[in-house]
Amino acid sequence: MIRIVVNADQIDVARELAGIEGKGAGAVASFTGLVRADDGVGSLELEHYPGATEAGLMTLADTAAERWGLIDATIVHRIGMMHPGDRIVFVGTSAPHRAAALEACAFLIDRLKTDAPFWKREIRAGTPTWVEPRRSDEDIAQRWGDPAA
Amino acid sequence: MEMEILYFAWVRERVGTGHERVDPPAEVTTVNGLIDWLSSTSDRHADAFADRARLRAAVDQVFVQLDASVANAKEVAIFPPVTGG
Repeated sequence: MIRIVVNADQIDVARELAGIEGKGAGAVASFTGLVRADDGVGSLELEHYPGATEAGLMTLADTAAERWGLIDATIVHRIGMMHPGDRIVFVGTSAPHRAAALEACAFLIDRLKTDAPFWKREIRAGTPTWVEPRRSDEDIAQRWGDPAA
Repeated sequence: MEMEILYFAWVRERVGTGHERVDPPAEVTTVNGLIDWLSSTSDRHADAFADRARLRAAVDQVFVQLDASVANAKEVAIFPPVTGG
């Protein structure tokens, strides 16, 4: 089963993990992204493209589920205002064996960073700055092949 | 050819609105053409779209290259490269 959540709520990792255990899975892998306190970042604001973001994440999860034969895939992404230490994103995968779960989890977070319409704004001492995309993120995402695949 | 245009992140801030309904002339057939035409409508649009290499787009919620067609599009979004995760 695929579960996609995009909202301003705090991410409950224990609950998300529990949701993808069982049903014949032998392996569960997950990634949790946190807000860093880089260079005095006091808060971080996440903007998204309502509708297109959820649809894009669903397409990514479908692609991963088919490519790695996943049992479950969950993507939870927060939007709105966050602070250092808060969870921004959770990706969880379950499969019969570890290789599929681990690889699919890495694929999902790598691709999410370059393909899903989210934009970050860092706020330092009250001054907001839009985060620039990192070339390294695009290079990392490329290792999984054609985005349309 | 009336359509809804959406803007996100710093493109939204520079244009000064998150969405607008427009009716571009028939010569506008691609996203690039639409951006050229929008740039002619105000200084704010021209400023937001000055560096085309920093713009990305979606037509009816599907990510496209800027040379993609906007024929029969209901919704075109223009935004900076994404930075989620």
